[in-house]
Amino acid sequence: MFQIRIHGRGGQGVVSGAEMLSVAAFLEGRHAQAFPSFGSERTGAPVMAFCRIDGKPIRLREPVLEPDALIVQDCTLLHQVDLFNGLRPGGFVLLNAARTIEELGLAELAHGMHRFRFTTLPATELAMKHVGRPVPNAALLGGFAAVTGELELESVIAAIVEKFPAAIAQKNVAAARAAHALAARSLEAIHA
Amino acid sequence: MLKQTEGSHAVAEAIALCRPQVVCAYPITPQTHIVEGLGEMVKDGSLASCDYINVESEFAAMSVAIGASAAGVRSYTATSSQGLLFMAEAVYNAAGLGLPIVMTVGNRAIGAPINIWNDHSDSMSMRDAGWIQLYAETNQEALDLHIQAFRIAEELSCPVMVCMDGFILTHAYERVDVPTQEQVDRFLPPYVPRQVLDPRDPVSMGALVGPEAFTEVRFLSHHKQMQALDLIPRVAGDFESAFGRDSGGLFRTYRTEDAETIVVALGSVNGTIQEVVDEMRAAGTRIGSVSIGSFRPFPLAALREALKHARRVVVIEKCLAVGLGGIVSDGVRKSLSGIHLNGYTVIAGLGGRAITRASLTRLFERAGRDELEPVTFLDLNEDVVKHELARETAVRRSGPTAEAILKRIGTVASRIG
Repeated sequence: MFQIRIHGRGGQGVVSGAEMLSVAAFLEGRHAQAFPSFGSERTGAPVMAFCRIDGKPIRLREPVLEPDALIVQDCTLLHQVDLFNGLRPGGFVLLNAARTIEELGLAELAHGMHRFRFTTLPATELAMKHVGRPVPNAALLGGFAAVTGELELESVIAAIVEKFPAAIAQKNVAAARAAHALAARSLEAIHA
Repeated sequence: MLKQTEGSHAVAEAIALCRPQVVCAYPITPQTHIVEGLGEMVKDGSLASCDYINVESEFAAMSVAIGASAAGVRSYTATSSQGLLFMAEAVYNAAGLGLPIVMTVGNRAIGAPINIWNDHSDSMSMRDAGWIQLYAETNQEALDLHIQAFRIAEELSCPVMVCMDGFILTHAYERVDVPTQEQVDRFLPPYVPRQVLDPRDPVSMGALVGPEAFTEVRFLSHHKQMQALDLIPRVAGDFESAFGRDSGGLFRTYRTEDAETIVVALGSVNGTIQEVVDEMRAAGTRIGSVSIGSFRPFPLAALREALKHARRVVVIEKCLAVGLGGIVSDGVRKSLSGIHLNGYTVIAGLGGRAITRASLTRLFERAGRDELEPVTFLDLNEDVVKHELARETAVRRSGPTAEAILKRIGTVASRIG
């Protein structure tokens, strides 16, 4: 089972992000479960949503306490929420940031005992360019597909198309594709 | 057709497939998406021959459902929490009049303190209103139970409440198999009412009944639910033949055959319990679980057969009977009358507190050593409780309890789990 926790702020699309991941997994013929955290959801407040993906039906209903991957939609949460709580050693972290891990002061987590696999992606900038609004969700989902290899980009795009009205969907698809390409290039740079 | 969708949306689709003629509702979290979905379907014409009636309150919602059902049409509504309490008088009337209304309860806690998250306090408060109460374990089962609910309600002329955990199910996206209209039409015949308000053939409904006949009317409503003990498994059997899925029924057992410890629970927590049962079985512990689907009628005799060989029974309850302990436990212990075994009540998941594998594992291990108190509160923060009790002892004007506890716990938005 692959478990994902998405952190963001109320209004950034944390819940719909988890839902789209589950739809993408479903489209690949797998079982998936997405659900919101049961906390206060106010615009701007820290919020979480969860997604589980498995080859068999998922019975577990607890929050995702030991994620294999984190998606962080807003880097200011680094100072407010214990984001890495429970993240498995070697787990993926996809951050919406135009800065590097070193600039964010997270290098120790990447190279220390946890060996978390960080990727930063300027998802808000990509959203401004392609969608015209600071909505980093679709870009991060595209990046997630590249970084984890857990989902095909085309399934993520199909999920985005299913979620949004046609005109908005195409803009978000463009953001997701751009983010996927960017993330794939930065992975190549690491492995090169 | 397989879909990945939200639980509320799956239920809205199931209701539409049942061809309701009147849907009346008043929005309340976490049930809102269900009636929103139905409202959209009525508006865009995909749910034809149905009136969607916006009402001014939950009391009006149930009253309109009563009127519509008495006029001979298939009627549906949904609510949660305070909404169910607000319609309480009409809830009893629907059952007393024998009207086969189907209602979804998106289970949510009851205030004060106000809380929008899941537990079973709302539907449990109406457990003796005369409605049949069915609890869903998954979104697939929630969808399936609604289709079965109309069959059961209309065959008996008795209202049915389908209870699904708020947020945990209503807001969860998971895979569901949505049947076709033809399949549902074959399973659920058009509604033929036992009683109708018809100007051409007038009748009175809701007469004043004095001591001369009140007991007999009540006896017959009990008798109806006793018949439901046979009907509910029969309808589940028919459903399995028609749709190929095991959904509904009185209860389901999981690895109980040789179990020394049997855990009993209602609703979605059963999935997590089954995960823990598998882990503990793998480590050699003889443990199993029972998921009760039908809480009213309560399957006393069948449950006795399923539990009687155990050494201990642990009932996980998402509702606290203040001053007593558990409500489900009462029924379970009644079913075991005369059989000596250890019975434990565990209050868990109140107001949306997560019920985790780790906590359940520790709990079941303690139960296995018979170390549990008769009533246990899972993951109770004892420091907070002790501090508050000490404060109330020290100061007469200690102020409101809930606010004092929140102040001590501090911000929660930054917490995980």
